[in-house]
Amino acid sequence: MKKIYSAAELEHIANERRKDVIEMLYRSSAGHVGGDMSVMEILTTLYYRVMNVGADKMHDPDRDRFVLSKGHCADALYTILGDLGYFDKEDLMKHFSSYGSIFIGHPNTDVPGIEVNGGSLGHGLAVGTGMAIAGKMDKKDYRVYVVLGDGEMAEGSNYEAMMAAAQYHLDNLCATVDLNGLQISGTTDEVMSTRDMKTKFEAFNWNVIEVADGNDPEELLSAYELASKFKGRPTAVIAHTVKGKGISYMENQASWHHGVMTEDQFKEAEKEIAEEIENG
Amino acid sequence: MAETNRQVICSVLMEKAKTDKDIVVLCSDSRGSASLTPFAREYPEQFVEMGIAEQNLVSVAAGMASAGKKAFAASPASFLSTRSYEQCKVDVAYNDSNVKLIGISGGVSYGALGMTHHSCQDIAAMASLPGMRVYLPSDRFLTRKLMEALTDDGKPAYIRVSRQATDDVYDENLSFTMDKAQLISLGHDVEIVACGDMVPNAVGAAAILREQGIDAGVIDMYCLKPYDKETLLQAAEQTKLIVTAEEHDPFGGLGAMTAQILSAEHPMRVLELALPDEHLVAGTNKDIFRHYGLDAAGIAKRTAEALAE
Repeated sequence: MKKIYSAAELEHIANERRKDVIEMLYRSSAGHVGGDMSVMEILTTLYYRVMNVGADKMHDPDRDRFVLSKGHCADALYTILGDLGYFDKEDLMKHFSSYGSIFIGHPNTDVPGIEVNGGSLGHGLAVGTGMAIAGKMDKKDYRVYVVLGDGEMAEGSNYEAMMAAAQYHLDNLCATVDLNGLQISGTTDEVMSTRDMKTKFEAFNWNVIEVADGNDPEELLSAYELASKFKGRPTAVIAHTVKGKGISYMENQASWHHGVMTEDQFKEAEKEIAEEIENG
Repeated sequence: MAETNRQVICSVLMEKAKTDKDIVVLCSDSRGSASLTPFAREYPEQFVEMGIAEQNLVSVAAGMASAGKKAFAASPASFLSTRSYEQCKVDVAYNDSNVKLIGISGGVSYGALGMTHHSCQDIAAMASLPGMRVYLPSDRFLTRKLMEALTDDGKPAYIRVSRQATDDVYDENLSFTMDKAQLISLGHDVEIVACGDMVPNAVGAAAILREQGIDAGVIDMYCLKPYDKETLLQAAEQTKLIVTAEEHDPFGGLGAMTAQILSAEHPMRVLELALPDEHLVAGTNKDIFRHYGLDAAGIAKRTAEALAE
């Protein structure tokens, strides 16, 4: 029987994975730490509680499907899959982004548990739409979860997919926008405003649930619960998150999109996360 | 009027869909131009309309394939191969998806509609994607054999067919081996290697050349990738000149591939006949072929000139 984690336990797990991510990224001098931190509770809530997935059902035709459209945050996803036993986590920690490793900087199907290769932005929602259409055709109960970045919402292909998902009444599709308001060059407002995300999805006839604190598993759990019950249309969860969440000097700093930590910065990050876990 | 290759594709998919519920067809408001209206009517449960959104067409097809479907995404070759090129690269080729990209009205089929609707870069574009196979079948008989083979494999492929009926090259008794070029005839003076709608023109050119006392043969290289090197080299051993004829621009297509293989494995003279690297004249596809010396008479003339040099 799968353990049902409480919101508090999910928060604890999210911080444990934060610890993994910063260690892995410090070792490899690679990765996208800012977004990894902002999306962590979303991924944790989905993988440890909401989705019908697991290392024992990687090929189960009835499993839920997950697509990380903001593929540069594969780092966070990999640590979760490693912790959940999809592969040896130590292998990931040692070899992330190294020569010949399967653990490259964007999701790829050589890594057990990854459904589709990705990383080029603006693809995941359309691929997820295809999975959801196939699920409906086959009268399957599985659900499809896609996680997008807010900067990524400037890609026009997302809106083609939004249109099609509504057209086909894909209530088995749930998109989450990790809305942290920052992208590589600055704020999304400065670079290309993706404001009024709720209105945009609603205009495409989606059901929309806004989550004021997208780094709070409790709020996310309620949103996903509502999403799974909503019939007739796809659901978008707009999760307001903090880029760099949990590491004070990274929070809300666009420069930490893919910044590399110095030794001192790594130690500081480790310390802050450890305190958070302790006080959790 | 002979059946078009588009119609043949629809017929094969309908035959297969009868017993295989995993076969799905996706269109981008292109069911009519793809001749897939009968499929949509007969198998609405296995047909997905994506509207005028070719990028989405390709990604959704890949998503469906990931969930176990055998997806056939049909759209005009011009948009399918360039508008959605990144989706073809990432979601289909990189994912090794069971998606067949059906490029209809390929090359200059749309004639006077102009360059926006031509696809004279698609062989180069698609062949350069790792894992993507590229097929330009010539006539309706070959298209049928090819489609029957493709519905039974699980790998990505790009297929380009013309809008117009292609003149018959074969008949019902066509013997077909997947990924093996059709060696129509061996010529001891010249071998013309062609694909798609250029095959009947090459056959016509060979007949003209033979009347002039030139022993010309023809290979139908419908399988651009994987290219059938063996058949090419077999012909190259026995002839003085290789001519390539294609409805494509001069870069990265049949001519370039053929010359690349010959330069490495059997250095010899190659005459590459293709559309020019310029904005094309208006007209029907046949007008355009004639204008650029790609009709039977043009291919024969340029081949004879090359042999006389």
